[in-house]
Amino acid sequence: MMSLCDKTAAELHDMLMKRQCSAKEVLEDVVKRAESVQRKLNCYITYNENSLKQAEEADRMLAAGEGVTMLTGIPIAVKDNISTKGLRTTCASKMLEKYIPPYDATVIERLKAAGAVITGKTNMDEFAMGSASDTGIFGRVVNPIKEGFSAGGSSGGSAAAAASGAAVLALGSDTGGSVRQPASFCGIVGFCPSYGSVSRYGLIAFASSLDRIGSFGKNVSDTYFLHNIINGYDAKDVTSVRKNFSSELKDTLNGTRIGIPKEIFDSYMSEEVEGCISNALRIMEKSGAKLVTVSIPSVRDAVKAYYIISSAEASSNLARYDGVRYGHRSADASDISELYKKSRTEGFGVEVKRRIMLGTFALSEGYSDAYYKRAAVLRSRLCREYDEAFQHCDIIASPVYPDASISFSEPHKLTDLYSADIFTVPSSLAELPAISIPCGKSNDGFPVGLQLIGRKYDDGTVFNTAYGFELSGGTYGQY
Amino acid sequence: MANIEAVIGLEVHVELNTSSKLYCSCKNIFGAEPNTNVCPVCLGLPGTLPRLNKQACYHAVKMGHALNCRINRISRQDRKNYFYPDLPKAYQITQADIPLCENGYLDILVDGNVKRVGIERIHIEEDAGKLIHDGSDNTLCDYNRCGVPLIEIVTKPDMNSSAEARIFLENIRSILLYIGISDCKMQEGSIRCDVNVSVHEAGSPVGTRCELKNVNSFSAALRGIEYEIKRQTEIIGKGSSIERETRRWDDKNGISILMRNKENAEDYRFFPEPDLGTIALDEKEIAEIRENMPELPNKKMLRYVKEHGLNDSEAFIITSSPDKAALYDECVRLQRCSIRSAANRIVGEITKFMNDTGKSISETGITAEELCEICSAHEKGLISSSGAKTALEELIAHGGRTEEIIKRMGLEQNTDIAYLSELADKVISENERSAADYRNGKKSAISFLIGQAMKASKGRADPSKIRNLIENKLKKGE
Repeated sequence: MMSLCDKTAAELHDMLMKRQCSAKEVLEDVVKRAESVQRKLNCYITYNENSLKQAEEADRMLAAGEGVTMLTGIPIAVKDNISTKGLRTTCASKMLEKYIPPYDATVIERLKAAGAVITGKTNMDEFAMGSASDTGIFGRVVNPIKEGFSAGGSSGGSAAAAASGAAVLALGSDTGGSVRQPASFCGIVGFCPSYGSVSRYGLIAFASSLDRIGSFGKNVSDTYFLHNIINGYDAKDVTSVRKNFSSELKDTLNGTRIGIPKEIFDSYMSEEVEGCISNALRIMEKSGAKLVTVSIPSVRDAVKAYYIISSAEASSNLARYDGVRYGHRSADASDISELYKKSRTEGFGVEVKRRIMLGTFALSEGYSDAYYKRAAVLRSRLCREYDEAFQHCDIIASPVYPDASISFSEPHKLTDLYSADIFTVPSSLAELPAISIPCGKSNDGFPVGLQLIGRKYDDGTVFNTAYGFELSGGTYGQY
Repeated sequence: MANIEAVIGLEVHVELNTSSKLYCSCKNIFGAEPNTNVCPVCLGLPGTLPRLNKQACYHAVKMGHALNCRINRISRQDRKNYFYPDLPKAYQITQADIPLCENGYLDILVDGNVKRVGIERIHIEEDAGKLIHDGSDNTLCDYNRCGVPLIEIVTKPDMNSSAEARIFLENIRSILLYIGISDCKMQEGSIRCDVNVSVHEAGSPVGTRCELKNVNSFSAALRGIEYEIKRQTEIIGKGSSIERETRRWDDKNGISILMRNKENAEDYRFFPEPDLGTIALDEKEIAEIRENMPELPNKKMLRYVKEHGLNDSEAFIITSSPDKAALYDECVRLQRCSIRSAANRIVGEITKFMNDTGKSISETGITAEELCEICSAHEKGLISSSGAKTALEELIAHGGRTEEIIKRMGLEQNTDIAYLSELADKVISENERSAADYRNGKKSAISFLIGQAMKASKGRADPSKIRNLIENKLKKGE
């Protein structure tokens, strides 16, 4: 019989409602799985000691029929850059290794209110900066498909947990692809909402104008359930919007116009990725979708603009970690400037320091015009090009990542790793909703994700199209 | 060397009296136990986000109207990045490129002439915490002040002396009090300024300026300006040139100390605050604020001089605080005494009391009705001038009704001729020498005799009547 931890949230919800199992049993099975895969995958940083209490509370809600939602009693893993009251939140950094937030992020408040059970905090790249979940101090996250390969990043721990049954659902954060790419690598669904759809309050900032909290699930509807609970306006985040995204999932592709941006498909991608994507497009066409070629010329420069803007904001956001109030403080500083220097030198890893340096440079007097401001101009142009493209289509399709996997044993040139973000960062810059959904396999058996991007605030169409694709030939359940 | 001229510009930081802080819901209060009036947002804890308090914007727009500024319907908030232990996010949220208000002016009266001081801009920003040096090597941080809303008023370099700067600052303070957006408590640091000073020889172009930071009171600003003018003049006198510098004013020792020069100037790396949108005000909001502006002190002053015949100095003293002006205006409206006597009492006893005690009108027992009663009692000859003074002091201290005070304190003037005549005789017989002096031509001796009569009557003798009586008696006896 299939373990409880391998079931979808929808299946578990059904069983919980029918009293075929309890939330406590579901949690115990998930914890058992988590403990058995942890040594191999390294997806958790900290387990939630209160999870059992939360499961018992969920059982009470279920028994009383009070406030029951799709997530009541469902074990959910949370990326370790989302603040959890009383539960260590490290960003996989020495800087915050012992930091315990005094408050819950808005998404955590919403999960708790919905009766969800938080399993623990998942491993990631330090401060979400990376593509392979290998820059943090807790070691790298291994792909559940194959040892020696990355689960993707930066939300690798959440993706690997949800893919392996170490959680049923998971929250991640996506600044330039950090939910979509690990979802693609681990063969699950990862959704990055429109900017402003989900409150960022409590998400430890990397790049404020790009950061979004995204959802992982084994299939589209599970992912949708999770997103539906966390989405919506929050007075604590003035960049969140008053839009109601919830609409029923519709499983049709008929009549949907799928835009194929030629600049994206002219870019490098491996043959196997290209094969999977082409196949996916054919499936959608067969199901009634119409393929149209669109043009978004600025995507060619999007990676540069992304790294300038995200690093610039990061250099400012991460300046607060100075060893004065909380976080790592150097033991042997003799004055305040030495305290700053030493605490930050010791507390941050190489990749984080690189981005702080890059961002500080890009904002400096005399350089800001040439870098930061030009990047901002390019970002606006890119948004206009998307607007124009969406005159001719409802959804834009693209790969998620040029390759199906990242090997830990092969050396990677940094610039190659940055350049590989080309398929995910354009929609990040344009604040658009995007989903990664499994659409095939590489020769080595690695899953390949298809990315579907929607108009800003039209998160519903992204889900509907992904759902339609999943039902008409997506590869859910193969891994 | 030719005459040296100074050019002065000011950046005035004012703490606003909103009920809560600028970006969180902590109370905007002074004097709480260190680090008790804080929350995750103003402490800049990881993951927290700011949320703008619109009331602070309205306050800034009020000041913008008062200083004749253009109000920007869309303005932006930016991050100013620098490391300092009192700044928990390591950036201050301020307005760099597009402030709320721009391009205004304030007319001030300098030696009877109107001088126009240009206002470059007014923007909102958050205050930082406070460092406390505990006497040993330790420095402690109090974050209570973090996130307290400030406006920064930046003038054009339009002033030329410390005296002008003083008048400007006094005007700003009184406007702030009139429009009610700040408590203006200097001792609590609610107004602070940075001063820009340059000097040049008359006829030559304007010199290189130096900025003085850490100027925590108006008087410190004046001392700092004087010091800077002197320091820079000496440098020029020696044939050297002034470097662009930021200097710290050390008020205790009366010197400025170099903080930064061109080589190690701070780069604040301004960029738009991504956690906050632009500040959008609609025309209706801006117009509504304009319509509800009170009459401002400089306008009031002009009106008092032109319509009531007060002199500049009296008009200035009355308008210097809104509650004094309100008291005066109310007396004028009641028409129960002459404008002149109301003005005299306000400029005299009432101002003295306020200056001596630091109290405001509302903290005393005075009302316009009772002030009018006292003035008119004196005008009618019911009480003497000194009686009026005594009654007013009693009113200030304890409040009450004038009529009752006059009775209770026995302040009615005695006009009974038989009594006064007897009193005059008594004073003359008891002060033979003064009487003789008077008779010998020393007419001023009369004042002493009148004084004695007033003293003997406990201030109740009608002074003009007693004067006549004494004079007549002395003349008769000649």
